[in-house]
Amino acid sequence: MKVDFEKVNGIIEKYRDDREAIIALLQDISAEIRYLPEEVIRHVSDEIEVPVSRLYSLATFYTSFRLEPRGEHEVQICMGTACHVRGAPRMLENVTQKLNIKPGETTGDGKFTVETVNCVGACALGPLLVLDGKYYGKLTQRKIEKLLGGSDDEVEQSC
Amino acid sequence: MTAKPKIVVGLGTCGIAAGGREIYNAIEKALTENNIDAELTQTGCIGACENEVLVDIAKPGQPRISYGKVTEEKIGEVVTNHLLHDKIDREFALGKIGEGELSAEYDDLPYFFTDLPFYEKQVRLCLRNCGFINPEKIDEYVERDGYQALKQVITEMKPEEVVEVIKSSGLRGRGGGGFSTGMKWQFTMNAVGDKKYVVCNADEGDPGAFMDRSILEGDPHSVMEGMAIAGYAVGADEGYIYCRAEYPLAVNRLKMAIEQAKEKNFLGDNIFGTDFSFNLKVKEGAGAFVCGEETALLMSIEGKRGMPRPRPPFPANEGLFGKPTCLNNVETFANVPVVILDGPEKFASIGTEGSKGTKVFALTGSINRTGLAEVPMGITLEEVVYDVAGGIIDDGKFKAVQAGGPSGGCIPEDLLHLPIDYDSLTEAGAMMGSGGLVVMGEDTCMVDIARYFLSFTQIESCGKCTPCREGTKRMLEILERIVAGEGKPDDIEKLKTLGEAISATALCGLGQTAPNPVLTTLRYFQEEYEQHIFDKRCVAGICVDLMFYLIDAELCNGCGRCRKACPVSAISGDKKEVHVIDKETCIKCGVCVEKCKQEAISLQS
Repeated sequence: MKVDFEKVNGIIEKYRDDREAIIALLQDISAEIRYLPEEVIRHVSDEIEVPVSRLYSLATFYTSFRLEPRGEHEVQICMGTACHVRGAPRMLENVTQKLNIKPGETTGDGKFTVETVNCVGACALGPLLVLDGKYYGKLTQRKIEKLLGGSDDEVEQSC
Repeated sequence: MTAKPKIVVGLGTCGIAAGGREIYNAIEKALTENNIDAELTQTGCIGACENEVLVDIAKPGQPRISYGKVTEEKIGEVVTNHLLHDKIDREFALGKIGEGELSAEYDDLPYFFTDLPFYEKQVRLCLRNCGFINPEKIDEYVERDGYQALKQVITEMKPEEVVEVIKSSGLRGRGGGGFSTGMKWQFTMNAVGDKKYVVCNADEGDPGAFMDRSILEGDPHSVMEGMAIAGYAVGADEGYIYCRAEYPLAVNRLKMAIEQAKEKNFLGDNIFGTDFSFNLKVKEGAGAFVCGEETALLMSIEGKRGMPRPRPPFPANEGLFGKPTCLNNVETFANVPVVILDGPEKFASIGTEGSKGTKVFALTGSINRTGLAEVPMGITLEEVVYDVAGGIIDDGKFKAVQAGGPSGGCIPEDLLHLPIDYDSLTEAGAMMGSGGLVVMGEDTCMVDIARYFLSFTQIESCGKCTPCREGTKRMLEILERIVAGEGKPDDIEKLKTLGEAISATALCGLGQTAPNPVLTTLRYFQEEYEQHIFDKRCVAGICVDLMFYLIDAELCNGCGRCRKACPVSAISGDKKEVHVIDKETCIKCGVCVEKCKQEAISLQS
């Protein structure tokens, strides 16, 4: 992926005089290019005269930063307590098995990134996943199959 | 009451998640199609999450009718029936709010806040506006006495008087620790500094807790007003709200509210024509649970890694950028305008000797009525679980209630008579925490729950101090082997020793309280640990490694779905014949259970 440095520079300018805003700056860049490539971190470091090590120390401390590109679609599975007691671990297993990746990884075709989140606060709907910002509650294996593009038609038909 | 009929859609995160935006659009469409002139607006969470999406309809001169669990297909009809034919659809109607003329036919409709069991025992101070006002319109907050407390404070009172009022109200921090808010303000007021700050902790990281989110989404101004009052009292002219980034709606509404408050000069320079100035900024978290700890939070605002530091010095003396800082949580600040307007005596008349006022709880888990409830301090856990939350789903049996999130503990049935206040919960080994109450039924394994919470705090441990970084890791390893059926006889003792050592020596609140879920489950449910370790059994049927899948020969019709779905070919059987699972090959993925339409496959211990 080609990084649009003009946009990055625009974000850097926005926070130019705000020394406490390094986290916000990285967040805005993350929102724009959806992860933090090394070349961008180095560029930011040169521009704002903050060591690369300090930027990496922030990027690896806070979980919302990613150092790898994300998939086209983002799946977040809520692992909050309410979802946990309503079967979230099994739902997570269904998703990771379906896509054949571990939480935090992206599928080989770059289509899906799967992540777990601590709690999205919509506990009445648990277990629940968020697909590209939209909430899908009261999950079942069937719902997951449908959401992630697969279908059990093969099995259905053979019966 | 406006002259036009008013329709209000609940658009907090839970409302939106349940499809609130679609309902809003459907109503808009129904209004246009039927040429109805009505005001369509939104509000935050009213607390009855189980009934989302909630829509309230009010005709001038009539009580407001609250409809729950409305569907996109039916809402158009509900709206037109109500507005055009004065017909209330009983399938969705929950209750009425306020007085007014209504056909005698609907006399039996319950009053929403006083008759519905979920609300009957609630006392709504912090949530006074949630579900009533449109949080994106400052005028609606002002109409309900908004910013009156601030006006009174800065035009009529001296800072010392404000601190005295807060102290005498008995208000204690709602974020977990329960420290006296008035004392905290006094320390910051007395601290010497050319610059001081007020900071609001809105980094609500406990899983299963959404009190602060609901207040910020439903009534952001109440928190901002509380902060401005604190600013006046302690001598600060600048404040920060540190909100977790997982709450995008709360962040947006806060930013919007700040802009609107500036326009009205409730924030900014020379507020109400006095020489008091106060400005607010929102800082978004970046996903680190430990930032809920006060010193870590301040680090994060400064743009550093959110790692706690030893106290003292306390933030009241050396806080943000090294300056005296008054730090409270969302709910604490939301209480402040109430204390000022109602007077400290009235506030202190609610609650118990040591805990005054109310507490907002997020009620979740295996209960009939998931939701947000504000109850007076001193109410018993039993009343909350059974009367407010409606008991266990499917008439199940209660096992424990987890209070206080990853820092709290599990409270068993024989302690349900405990009154909810800071001190009795701490005595039981749990803590008030921020207010998450997760109710668990018989099908919850307490060892698994302890493991769940510890794995959470373990991942979130910042790594600065050894007891938390290494100690929680060792405890987690022990728990993992117990749930895997490989527990050793001395594991229980080891867990206790480690847990007590970590509590005593960790640097910050996160580490000190991390062992609580393990220690309380050991205290009240030790026999479950023993069953896992010695009998290799999990009675709740959760720990998969101690279970095996079995096909009931009576129920199996030999359809073959499970055989085809099994990823490791562990299931065999001819068509139309009973199938069997080979225990050795089975990886216990559970796919067969999902596939079986006969419900013939189950986990056995």
